Amino acid sequence: MSDLETVFRAEHGRVVAALARRFGDLDLAEDATSEALVVAAERWPDEGVPPSPGAWLTTVAGNKALDRIRRESRRKDKYAEALMVTDDSPPEPTGPVEDDRLRLVFTCCHPALAPENRVALTLRLLGGLTVAEIAAAFLVPETTMAQRITRAKQKIRVARIPYRIPRAEDLPARLSAVLAVLYLVFNEGYLGSSGRMQRVDLTAEAIRLCRQLHEMVAATPSLSPQPEVDGLLALMLLTQARSRARVRDGVLVSLDEQDRTLWDADLVDEGHRLVRGCLAVDRPGPYQLQAAVNAVHTDALDASMTDWRQIVQLYDRLRRLAPGPVVELNRAVAVAEVDGPEVGLALVEPLPLQDYHAWHAARADLLRRLGRSAEAREAYDRALELAGNDEERAWLRARRDRL
Amino acid sequence: MTQYMLSVHHDDSGPDWAATATPEQMQEVFAAVESFNQELRDGRSWVFAGGLEEPSNATVVDATGAEVLTTDGPYAETKEHLGGFWVVEAPDLDAALELARRGSAACRGPVEVRPFQSE
Repeated sequence: MSDLETVFRAEHGRVVAALARRFGDLDLAEDATSEALVVAAERWPDEGVPPSPGAWLTTVAGNKALDRIRRESRRKDKYAEALMVTDDSPPEPTGPVEDDRLRLVFTCCHPALAPENRVALTLRLLGGLTVAEIAAAFLVPETTMAQRITRAKQKIRVARIPYRIPRAEDLPARLSAVLAVLYLVFNEGYLGSSGRMQRVDLTAEAIRLCRQLHEMVAATPSLSPQPEVDGLLALMLLTQARSRARVRDGVLVSLDEQDRTLWDADLVDEGHRLVRGCLAVDRPGPYQLQAAVNAVHTDALDASMTDWRQIVQLYDRLRRLAPGPVVELNRAVAVAEVDGPEVGLALVEPLPLQDYHAWHAARADLLRRLGRSAEAREAYDRALELAGNDEERAWLRARRDRL
Repeated sequence: MTQYMLSVHHDDSGPDWAATATPEQMQEVFAAVESFNQELRDGRSWVFAGGLEEPSNATVVDATGAEVLTTDGPYAETKEHLGGFWVVEAPDLDAALELARRGSAACRGPVEVRPFQSE
């Protein structure tokens, strides 16, 4: 990505959010922002990037929006009616990171919008990704993605989904909807359900948006602390830290076989700091516990030094807070490290995950360790049929052929 | 302010709550709905509300052709039917959803929230 594109993407959400607040119209905000970016693309290469690119873009985009309103003044009455519901109270005086983006996040991730539309709208308006980029990332036709975004924006306008930070009593539920969107974007980037395994654009975008959310929440005293936000950021950082070691020559490298010197030490440090902060707040949630599991893994200099007992304990807490078969599967894998593959397999077998490739892969590995090669081979074959990306398939094939 | 329709949908395929409820339970629901209606009036959200008779009592009139067709209804033969509705006024969707939450709890059924077209 060029430097200009990096700036555009970083500033997109801020500019759209400021305009949405001023004009009460997401379409106008988005179009005017795009026009401002075109002007910037023409002028910045010669004149240099202004000292405050966000403010520059907001001013230019604001003028573009005013031009359009004047041009279309005959539609003005129609216009006043269609305005979004905006909260006119001044933003809380909270320091340099305060801006309107937080409101926009809550609008884009409103529970009245379909989950897939929340993801698309968040990436478009806050992430500044083009419709084509989002469509490519989620492997749907561009027209489908454009429709999703249009439909979501229309519902915001017509049903009057407000553009504001939710009431305190609604906040935990609404914040968890936002976190779920960011988690989904990150996971799709980290473990693609098809095609390439790692999509750096999506993981980077999810981390950037989560970081922004983290900073905005931290800077808004009435909102903080929200340890699940820190937990999700830590989870993303500790996962991302290992990305360079996860693939070698187009083949997935499992955690125990990774070259740990390839891990990003800065990201590991930052993730560990966040996890320690969560422990201090002592209000555990699913993201924090998953981050803690990853902190234990990244604490071990060598796979053999992994504190599996602690990981089992963390999964014990996670299964109470967020029960589900995938948590049980992950816990079973950890139990197998402590109590042996036989105990682990007994926990894996009854799980209703026959359509999930990771269940077959985990089962295959436990069967292999128990010397039940024929069954292991069958399980690897089934995992291979279900695995979505090439790198995982290559890894499963190698494991199977080593039997 | 926007007007929203909060409609209550009954599912005929499942166990019919109204058919199995005791008179006391029915009274409880009527009282809860009446109390919610009063809250709507007090909060100036009230526009209109009403419960509908069974769909088998509906009649369909079609005057789109040369001749007026009158048939025994309902219009749509579906497993779900509209049981009743509120029309409320609310400043935004969040406020309407909060009214729907209270209405749903009062009438013990899911409530659909749909904005009216602005004039």
